[in-house]
Amino acid sequence: MNSPTDGAALVELRDVRKSYNIGQPNEAEVLHGVALRVTRGEFVALVGPSGSGKSTLLNIIGLLEPMTSGSYLLQNEEVMGLDDAALTLRRRLQLGFVFQFHHLLPAFTALENVTMPALMSEGRVSSKQLGRARDLLAAVGLAQAMEKRPSELSGGMQQRVAIARALVQEPPLVLADEPTGNLDTASADEVFVQMRRMHADLGISFVVVTHDPRLAARCDRVVELIDGRISRDEPVVRAG
Amino acid sequence: MPLAAKTLIDMTPWLGFERRVALRFLREGRMQTVLIIVGVAAGVAVIAYISALITGLQNSTLTKTLGTQAHITLKAPDDVVAAARPATYGTTVLSDTQPRAQRLRSIANWQSLIPLLENQSAIAGVSPMVSGGGLALRGEASQSISLAGVDLDRYDRVVGLRAKVVSGTARLLPGEAIVGRDLAADLGVRVGDRFTVQTGLLNDSVRVTALVDLGVKELNRRTVIVPLRLAQNLLGLPGGATNIDITIKDVWIAQTMAEDLRRQFPYKVESWQESNAQLVSALNAQSVSTALIRGVVLIVVVLGVASVLVVSVVQKQREIGILRAMGATRGQVLRIFLVQGAVVGALGSMLGVALAAGMIWLFTRFVRGSDGLPLFDIGLSVGLAAQVAAIACVSGVLAAIMPARRAAAMDPAKAIRI
Repeated sequence: MNSPTDGAALVELRDVRKSYNIGQPNEAEVLHGVALRVTRGEFVALVGPSGSGKSTLLNIIGLLEPMTSGSYLLQNEEVMGLDDAALTLRRRLQLGFVFQFHHLLPAFTALENVTMPALMSEGRVSSKQLGRARDLLAAVGLAQAMEKRPSELSGGMQQRVAIARALVQEPPLVLADEPTGNLDTASADEVFVQMRRMHADLGISFVVVTHDPRLAARCDRVVELIDGRISRDEPVVRAG
Repeated sequence: MPLAAKTLIDMTPWLGFERRVALRFLREGRMQTVLIIVGVAAGVAVIAYISALITGLQNSTLTKTLGTQAHITLKAPDDVVAAARPATYGTTVLSDTQPRAQRLRSIANWQSLIPLLENQSAIAGVSPMVSGGGLALRGEASQSISLAGVDLDRYDRVVGLRAKVVSGTARLLPGEAIVGRDLAADLGVRVGDRFTVQTGLLNDSVRVTALVDLGVKELNRRTVIVPLRLAQNLLGLPGGATNIDITIKDVWIAQTMAEDLRRQFPYKVESWQESNAQLVSALNAQSVSTALIRGVVLIVVVLGVASVLVVSVVQKQREIGILRAMGATRGQVLRIFLVQGAVVGALGSMLGVALAAGMIWLFTRFVRGSDGLPLFDIGLSVGLAAQVAAIACVSGVLAAIMPARRAAAMDPAKAIRI
């Protein structure tokens, strides 16, 4: 099933299957031949009921879990069969992550969390990288909270730090797993607005898993997964 | 610029990421970190203190023992009785041979042997001696003595006699003697007084030039040291020497060297280890016990560090998952925990060495002999401190390997879900 949007493919999944407990009596296939294409600049909502395989699909796209069979081209490169080191490098350079439970490093300040990918890559943080991290935190409205630890921030603020962290290396694709799932409506709106703004400003593609139909309706495209199969893939048509 | 930001910029690239995360993890788990550092410090302190104590004790025992005797002694071979008729093939000889009573005998050609021995680089001093038994007489007093005739300068090089003088000046001109402190007290003589030395053959009067403390009461009660020639006359060995005392630069090669000399010369050669077999056994037992204690303590330290880091890995699963998702390699995660092990080892070592120094100070300050002086010299050498610290650091890293591998092998997707 192809994207309705034209453009260079960032992600191209073909007949992706994922099974757990392979060879055991409780073996279960959770993705049944998924095909998905995400192009540069898209903002895609991945929706579906609990247990439909959304998070598993997102983990496969994020190179966090291997697929059982199929083909996955990330920026036109087949990743099936790559070793852990190669997958790690691609995660570092080509992907950004925003998780439902914020998943910041509690021992580090907001600024340190955002500069962590740079520190990881080069062993140090240059003043340029630090400046960019500060700009990003300011852009998500956290100019005054840079030196605060995650425990000192609200859920919404933590999620905005996570967004800044996902964007700091300027990856072509950011994957967000229920980024607003743990937030009140106002905070969820704020986080979503920030994501859309970053998408518009930086041209970074987003694939967002969400349960919230309101948020899905504010994406460019909705892909619905039911029982491990894509049941709907269509652009969001907004009135006016 | 806030401090945190400045610290970030100032960081050097060498293990910058691993070092920073490791230190922060350690700082975050403050109580755990303090406990494990104190544990390592206790282990290091015990190892360093026991090592210093045993080294001090052994050095003191050796100094006391070897301070009054040669490292190697050469003597004339024992007299033996040869069988009247040796057995020939196919015959049996029944004989009952009485061992010969050993008389004082001189080492053949000892004068020419001395330069040969002195030329060996491992040998620090060679001293010929004539020794035998006798009596010291003064007025009503009569004491059994051990008479030693020596060349004072040579003998001083072997046992450091001059350093043991407690009264008078060490000098051995003809008719002069140096005596043990307790013997002088028994005879009632002081420096400058005379007394008579009697052997089975002769007697002669000698004047005391110095009193010495040889560190062992029995020696202080029996020793009379006279010029070589006087002893030769008194013991009926004109021009002879009953033994040659050798001191060597490294006391621990005495046994090997004695065996070497035994092969080269037809003399009876005895190393200090052979003369003090019980002492050597005791020293060996001490060394083995020390090694065992060190080994067990080291194992406890390793297990302690490992168990705390295992707990830390479990506690940090989510953080490890986040780091892995963000692109930290397995190697980087592994190194984060190895660095933690090294840091814990290094800090524990420093604290442990300081603790050991404190324990040694307390020992020296409060554990004293009946004379009010410290029992023996004990000190923590820089070499020993560095050795123990290095062992602890390496142990810290080794202890971290298992938990670090576990962390590195963690599946990021599963870790994040926790």
